Amino acid sequence: MPSTVTQVLPATVDPSPPSTSSKGGRRRGSRSPLATTAWHGLMLLLCLATLYPVLWMARSAVVPESEIFASPTIVPSQVDLSNFAAGWSANPPGFGTFLMNSFIICAGAVAGNLIACTLAAYAFARLDFPLKRLWFAVMLATVMLPAHVTLIPQYALFSAAGWVGTYLPLIVPKFLATDAFFIFLLVQFMRGIPRELDEAAELDGAGRWRMFRSVMLPLSIPALATTAVFTFIWTYEDFLGPLIYLSDLNDYPVPLGLRMFMNAMGQSSYGQLFAMSLVSLLPVFIFFLLFQRKLIAGIATTGLKG
Amino acid sequence: MSNATTAAGGGAPAPARRRRSARRRKEARAGYLFLLPWFVGLAALVIGPMATSAYLSFTEYDLFHDPVWVGVENYRTLFTDDPRYLQSLRVTFTYVLASVPLRLVVALGLAVLMNRTLRGMSFYRAALYLPSLLGGSVAIAVLWRQLFGSNGAINQLLALVGIDGPNWIASPDTSLATLIVLAIWQFGSPMVIFLAGLRQIPAELLEAARVDGAGAVRRFVSVTLPLLTPLVFFNLVMQTIVAFQAFTPSYIISNGTGGPVDSTLFYTLYLYIKGFSEFEMGYASAMAWVLVAIIAAFTAVNFLGARRWVHYSDAS
Repeated sequence: MPSTVTQVLPATVDPSPPSTSSKGGRRRGSRSPLATTAWHGLMLLLCLATLYPVLWMARSAVVPESEIFASPTIVPSQVDLSNFAAGWSANPPGFGTFLMNSFIICAGAVAGNLIACTLAAYAFARLDFPLKRLWFAVMLATVMLPAHVTLIPQYALFSAAGWVGTYLPLIVPKFLATDAFFIFLLVQFMRGIPRELDEAAELDGAGRWRMFRSVMLPLSIPALATTAVFTFIWTYEDFLGPLIYLSDLNDYPVPLGLRMFMNAMGQSSYGQLFAMSLVSLLPVFIFFLLFQRKLIAGIATTGLKG
Repeated sequence: MSNATTAAGGGAPAPARRRRSARRRKEARAGYLFLLPWFVGLAALVIGPMATSAYLSFTEYDLFHDPVWVGVENYRTLFTDDPRYLQSLRVTFTYVLASVPLRLVVALGLAVLMNRTLRGMSFYRAALYLPSLLGGSVAIAVLWRQLFGSNGAINQLLALVGIDGPNWIASPDTSLATLIVLAIWQFGSPMVIFLAGLRQIPAELLEAARVDGAGAVRRFVSVTLPLLTPLVFFNLVMQTIVAFQAFTPSYIISNGTGGPVDSTLFYTLYLYIKGFSEFEMGYASAMAWVLVAIIAAFTAVNFLGARRWVHYSDAS
């Protein structure tokens, strides 16, 4: 399988995000204003249909309970934020704690992936060493390996180490570059950096570590940002990991808090449930707004899962 | 190793050769040093656990007592004595075979529609991509339960056109369909990949086809689609692998049970129930290895089939 893996990767896709102001201009001659308007209308309609579920949830979070299931509208009759206040502290230890826990886990995971995956990527992208092709193929194969096959022995291992009930099983693996996917993303990026730059540093007498630190790292910042943002989002949304390793309410990250909320309040207070669901999506949404272009370019180059 | 390279160096003067091989050794050492964290992770968290779970799959193991060797008993039970397992296979195959092609068709259709250079493009692309990022979260699964409930927004919308919809989540006939719809809804990443691929197609090719009198449909089928097949293939392989491992939506929508009547019992959910609720970890390990085999088989079939329909325009 490993040798065929490389075959499937879309090496031909342009890493730069498709830009609206690209030099190519319009492809098939000029279009009539009417056709352009119709296209915009269609696109808006499709966006509306796609985002309808989320918009419906946003509207349902700010209207009285009795209105939620009375009509399918997404236009709120009023904006009442009391569900947010009530939901925030409805289930002890409260949503503030869940969010904080999530951020702690995410910070650890992001730091781990940035350090370990960048080191490994530099070796694959720039250094020559025996068996490099073999290890690269192994790395690609682990990207495709279903996590479930290592889940139980890992649990037994972390359990023996006394780590169950802590965040260590969620963070430490990242410092050992187990998210091989990001190694691949960074390798792809680093290969695009002109070799002349490292060679110039080498002529100046820089060692491998200094070439990595002062040439490759600064030039890889765009790919490091993509790695950081995707690690944050996937760690933030991860449900299975916390479900298996955490049992104390005070340690719960957002997904577990929300599930508990659903079980505890579900039938009585949909407004609060939707309000907190919305709050839980907010960090992902903000990151998306800030890094939209970068994320989409990252997907286009590597074909991210998800 | 270093001797071999020196000998092969032939004509170069000896000191230069020695310097070169010293440099190579240094570089090799650096390579392995940079890879050190990854090697530790590979050994301790990937290869080691894989070997362990392969062994555990032939044992009875509950985490608290030593594993007891039972031979192929777990595998035999899976296929001959566990109707719930066979049900989870049925559910998962239905989910993968329905959601992956439909997601790719939607993604490709929207990418073609969006392949214009008009104002507002990046806004539309961002809006349509968003569900891909949010869709795997607990919040969206929570939302889906209500959206497709008996009084949910979907039935409210259907009521507008006079259709009296069921409780989609609570009925075993429709519950899996809501999960398939949720998967299709996350068409964003393949769409973005297709869009990037469409931008790579040389305008001259399409122009030449147009001059030859090919209509829009003909141009799409004869020029665009063949050039996109490597990306279709890539998406097909990756999305299939990911779809087999879906977990969160099935867990949240069925509240961890796979219900109603096991109609949403995903493979991974059943594996979780066996391993972490019933502590039959040997059995769950056997399930994990069968999953690896299934995914490998699907990937192999995709690769074999690809020879017939994937066109690589150049050798690179």
